[in-house]
Amino acid sequence: MTPAIELSDVRKSFGATPIIRGVSLAIEAGTRQALIGPNGAGKSTLFNLITGKYPVTSGRIRVKGAAVTDLAPYEINRRGLARSFQVTNIFTRMSVFENIRCAVLWSAGYRYSFWHRISAARAVNERAETVLEQLNLTARRDVPAGVLSYAEQRALEIGITIAGGADVILLDEPTAGMSRSETEHVVGLIRQITAGKTLLMVEHDMSVVFDLADRIAVLVYGEVIAHDTPERIRANAAVQEAYLGVPQGVA
Amino acid sequence: MSTPVATRPFAVAGVARAARVRRYGLWLAAAVVLLLLPQSVRTGTAIAVMNQMGIAVIFALSFNMLLGQGGMLSFGHAVYFGLGGFIAAHVLNMAGRGAIYLPVPLLPLVGGLGGLAFAALFGSFSTRRAGTVFSMISLGVAELMAASSLIFDKFFGGEEGITTNRSKAPLLLGLEFTRDRQVYYLIAFWLFVATLAMYAFSRTPVGRMANAVRDNPERAEFVGYSQHRVRFVSFCAAGFFAGIAGGLFAVNYEILTAENMGLNASGAVLLMAYIGGIGSFVGPILGAVVFTFLQSMLSDYTGMWLLYLGILFLATVLFVPMGLAGLLMLHAPVWRARRVGRLLGPYVLTGALGFVAAVGIIGLLEMVHFVAAGRTGTRRLFWLVVAPRTLMPWLGFAALVVAGAVGVRWTGPRAVAAFAEASRPGRP
Repeated sequence: MTPAIELSDVRKSFGATPIIRGVSLAIEAGTRQALIGPNGAGKSTLFNLITGKYPVTSGRIRVKGAAVTDLAPYEINRRGLARSFQVTNIFTRMSVFENIRCAVLWSAGYRYSFWHRISAARAVNERAETVLEQLNLTARRDVPAGVLSYAEQRALEIGITIAGGADVILLDEPTAGMSRSETEHVVGLIRQITAGKTLLMVEHDMSVVFDLADRIAVLVYGEVIAHDTPERIRANAAVQEAYLGVPQGVA
Repeated sequence: MSTPVATRPFAVAGVARAARVRRYGLWLAAAVVLLLLPQSVRTGTAIAVMNQMGIAVIFALSFNMLLGQGGMLSFGHAVYFGLGGFIAAHVLNMAGRGAIYLPVPLLPLVGGLGGLAFAALFGSFSTRRAGTVFSMISLGVAELMAASSLIFDKFFGGEEGITTNRSKAPLLLGLEFTRDRQVYYLIAFWLFVATLAMYAFSRTPVGRMANAVRDNPERAEFVGYSQHRVRFVSFCAAGFFAGIAGGLFAVNYEILTAENMGLNASGAVLLMAYIGGIGSFVGPILGAVVFTFLQSMLSDYTGMWLLYLGILFLATVLFVPMGLAGLLMLHAPVWRARRVGRLLGPYVLTGALGFVAAVGIIGLLEMVHFVAAGRTGTRRLFWLVVAPRTLMPWLGFAALVVAGAVGVRWTGPRAVAAFAEASRPGRP
């Protein structure tokens, strides 16, 4: 089966500083996987390379078998790969509903249309309402996104990511800064929305990682030192030394 | 999160129906007002001012497609207004010679297509970037056109500009456009159509994505949209409607000069949109009407009208950055709660004191203008005849400024407090 995401010897340097130092990684379609590693390991950079935010220095990236190495973010997104951001990245002055609806538009085939009335786009509006309900944000539908609480904005962040129906989903620290109960809610949400899809997430909360992930990739100083099942990662000596030397559960 | 989900669809349907009635009712009312407006005035001057307003409203709305809705601050939007106007003027001349068949009512469309063509040309590279880079390129294009107007003087007519004659074009359905009043209805028609079209544009997929790209260009790319393409589409649409306004200008004034696409004209449309409020659709309409009104009224009374418009702009930026429309909308909750009456007292008091201060400032400025122009003797200011080269009037107006300013400082906070009190939700 073609992997959902396939990296072959991907490298990225900023100036003379190598950040990603030859990563080869295949994420099987239909699995939930986590990318973990200490601060500064290059996890977010790797996300930015996969999603087209940064160009790679060398190496190749494929999404669902198709080469995306030098494509723009919107071209990669149109191939069914969507991402969330570590720092909330939403359309602040638009309403919560509009945020979600904008994320649905391209996938519904509306492109750069100025000949459709958006209020008449029933499938788009219904999809946006459904996502709002999944996020538990229906009551906040018409509020400007910028005035939502932090946890609500994080939920909206995930909502924008999944609204377009992408089947490869990258979440960058979806539970960062959340309380225990908020985290539990988000974990449930992620489990629900990624059912039957491919998930790759960066996460510092080890309980979330071991709860959700089928497989875990460990990134240390720009290299993947292990990629295996949670049990084997837990038992892996190199991982323990590099990363889990601290007792697990510490974010 | 306490809203019961089950009852929402009904509430939404009811609200939607009420909103639809209100929306169509508003457009209908606007059409009726546009039709009846000329009946309410007698003088030709008033018609001329209304014609100018109609053109300005289309132009200001097209500008806000860039700034308010697309987050693009253009310093050269008059380029598309002017080019549309020049093209329309040339086409009108050709129609007058019988070289082509084109009746006057369709001329604004020619202007629009001209504006669109040049917006597509310049927009193809200027919309690659947002923010400062976009603004600088728009300034560069404006300078480029100013230089071109000297180089291509056959097209731009040099210093005299291009004159045209709308009465020579072929007639459509026997409609004549010899008098200002007849032109008014042409402008009113295109004003209505263009406003409706621009409003509709903001409610299309690409219109919504223009808002999204304004708010967060990066995220727009991660939901499938190229920020460059979204800005480009908005830019072309804005150029098209600016060109329509330019075409109407050609019909109305029968002359275009390079000034019409110069930096002053680009600055004026920025002022209109900003004074009215760029945050809402109606803002630029208000701004264009107020700006044109002040422009035509003030220029009859004082040689310093540009200075006063500048002060109005500064005051808007400093104290009411949401513009006139934003200020009005701020009062919507108070209006709905039927508490406007409570604000009347504090507002009238503060307004009267502000007026006193304004009279003082205007008096001082006018006297400075008088003395600086090297004039002697007396002049009329408001209800007084003053001699600016004596001390008394300076003291008098300065006293008004101080009294008004002190008064506003004292009553202003109370007015604000009264507003805060009145806009608090809940029963009185």
